[in-house]
Amino acid sequence: MPLLEVKDLKVRVEEREILHGLTLTVNEGEVHAIMGPNGSGKSTLSHVIAGKPGYEVTDGQILFRGEDLLEMSPDERAAKGVFLAFQYPVEIPGVATMTFLRTALNAQRKARGESEYSTPDFLKKVREVSKSLNIPQDMLKRGVNVGFSGGEKKRNEVLQMALFEPSLCILDEMDSGLDIDALRIAADGVNALRSPKRAMVVITHYQRLLNYIVPDVVHVMSKGRVVKSGGKDLALELEASGYAQFEDAA
Amino acid sequence: MPAVQETVERVKRIDVDQYRYGFETLIESDKAPKGLSEETVKFISAKKNEPAWMLQWRLEAYRRWLTMTEPTWARVDYPKIDFQDLYYYSAPKPKKTVTSLDEIDPEILKTYEKLGIPLREVAMLEGVEPKPGEEDPNRRKIAVDAVFDSVSVATTFKAELKKAGVIFMPISEAIREHPELVQKYLGSVVPTSDNFYATLNSAVFSDGSFVYVPPGVRCPMELSTYFRINERNTGQFERTLIIADKGSYVSYLEGCTAPQRDENQLHAAVVELVAHDDAEIKYSTVQNWYPGNSEGKGGIYNFVTKRGDCRGNNSKISWTQVETGSAITWKYPSCILRGDNSRGEFYSIAISNGFQQVDSGTKMIHLGKNTTSRIISKGIAAGKSQNTYRGLVTAHRKATGARNFTACDSLLIGDKCGAHTVPYIEAKNSSATFEHEATTSKISEDVLFYCIQRGLSQEEAVGLVVNGFVKDVLQQLPMEFAVEAQKLISISLEGSVG
Repeated sequence: MPLLEVKDLKVRVEEREILHGLTLTVNEGEVHAIMGPNGSGKSTLSHVIAGKPGYEVTDGQILFRGEDLLEMSPDERAAKGVFLAFQYPVEIPGVATMTFLRTALNAQRKARGESEYSTPDFLKKVREVSKSLNIPQDMLKRGVNVGFSGGEKKRNEVLQMALFEPSLCILDEMDSGLDIDALRIAADGVNALRSPKRAMVVITHYQRLLNYIVPDVVHVMSKGRVVKSGGKDLALELEASGYAQFEDAA
Repeated sequence: MPAVQETVERVKRIDVDQYRYGFETLIESDKAPKGLSEETVKFISAKKNEPAWMLQWRLEAYRRWLTMTEPTWARVDYPKIDFQDLYYYSAPKPKKTVTSLDEIDPEILKTYEKLGIPLREVAMLEGVEPKPGEEDPNRRKIAVDAVFDSVSVATTFKAELKKAGVIFMPISEAIREHPELVQKYLGSVVPTSDNFYATLNSAVFSDGSFVYVPPGVRCPMELSTYFRINERNTGQFERTLIIADKGSYVSYLEGCTAPQRDENQLHAAVVELVAHDDAEIKYSTVQNWYPGNSEGKGGIYNFVTKRGDCRGNNSKISWTQVETGSAITWKYPSCILRGDNSRGEFYSIAISNGFQQVDSGTKMIHLGKNTTSRIISKGIAAGKSQNTYRGLVTAHRKATGARNFTACDSLLIGDKCGAHTVPYIEAKNSSATFEHEATTSKISEDVLFYCIQRGLSQEEAVGLVVNGFVKDVLQQLPMEFAVEAQKLISISLEGSVG
């Protein structure tokens, strides 16, 4: 059974249809890249999979391990293993990153009927993971993303991905606002999390990110549909010829 | 449905009647006749076996009160109070004079037990020491004075405090046992002519706490008073007087609850603090009076005058308050910074939900040289409530080098509530430095979604964001209180929280 199946998905935002029947199948262990110009519906797709309010699904299905994802609340989806790395992670003043990580991790574990982490076990786990991502301990004491640089914010997203161990990671424009060094650190973090049990959907404008996170499958989106799918070479082809050729196909 | 929209819907649906302390205790009580007159004042004074000077003081206040009118400048709205339709004194009927907890009406003890006030377990009454090995050394001791309607029913740890020289007793007892101290300080910070409600309180106050910490003494434990209004149609007028003599320190906590009733109840307290040279008073309040039901019916009118006088040089007074209850709150704990280098602080969390109205803030009055003050106010409005911060910072002509920092932050949940900030700033000398910062924000849809995507429920997400918002103030509370306050914040936002 595929991990994620999006079937003929139609989505509206305030009366305007953004996705016009999108189909996508992702299996465990695969890394898919979704590329496309601005306004093609890439971010809408990621939001709808995660369950962000404000989108109306008018037709189609999203199955996660065969279960109807659209019937689940966003926190239930998170507990099932759906993780969205945000393009613009929010700031939560006054809430220490460490507190946030523990509250979230334990909420997910509780929802799955697992025991909550004890403080020493949790601290040990966070230290291990943050060290590998080059995240200093004092960053974890600061408010969630408050005063973080662009690179720190993205590393914090990867840190959460590593801690929560989701089976589906959706990375929404992870490269936006990152310089080349910050991009490399974040991408290394993501690559370390590749596993036969985990799938990733990498959403990006640019081919650049895919030099670091090499996909198994590349999809091109235009005007609310997937218009072409192929191997990693498709991304290079796009880089050379641009998106214009697909505008007509859609 | 968008998350914030859902929150708003839920606020509409809830009853603020989820108030957990809304039960009534059925006991016999001894009441003054309804209404207010010189006779009522004399009745209360006689009940308390007061000396003549005290009665005189009350009567003067009463006569003064007759000439005064209710203030209307606050941003609150309520029908006119009929002061003749209230009882001004109510006491649980004593079977005999109470000397130990065993003689207190078991119904009252049960009430405090339900409220989670540990009168019996922590509190060994005078002379009753815990048996060796029974005392938990990790448990910090808190001395409690419990006030039920108009009288103090129990004060704990009196003996241990006495050893340190600290006087902690009901003010009615202090009037008889330490008249020289009471006469010297009562009304010296909030004069009997101060304002309509303070003057009313001066005439009819029935009980409250009295604390005196002698020079150089650091009070060995937290002192705490717990106020409970039980009787129907009864006003509660407590009076608290705390004096920290030279170089002393005391931390004092105050908690309040009341049963749920359809009619409004009046609470008009006066608190006076005096800090001499190098002394420090830390005063913390967790106020959770009944806020009224979902239609805005019932609830406490909380019209309170609290003021601290930094009388000595290098003295410090710090107010911390967590206000979640009351139908209407009208309250401005203030500091008069009289001594040179004295310091005043005000940390406040005011939460309003349902139909609650809050008009609260502080006054920092800089009179001495190089005086400093700090105001951190966090207002959270949900439901159809109105939440106003009103603050005054002034520097006298001679208060050279005065400094103030003020930060007022408001958080709105939903779109039917309001937050208002009304700062008054007056500097009469050019060397004063006053800073004022204010922000108003809504709980953002994006922040909530971020938390929920990480596995938190809607309710947990709002709780987390709100607790982050008030963190600077929560940190000022003594530890035991901080935990209680954190829970209280979640409970009072229940419904807005989901």
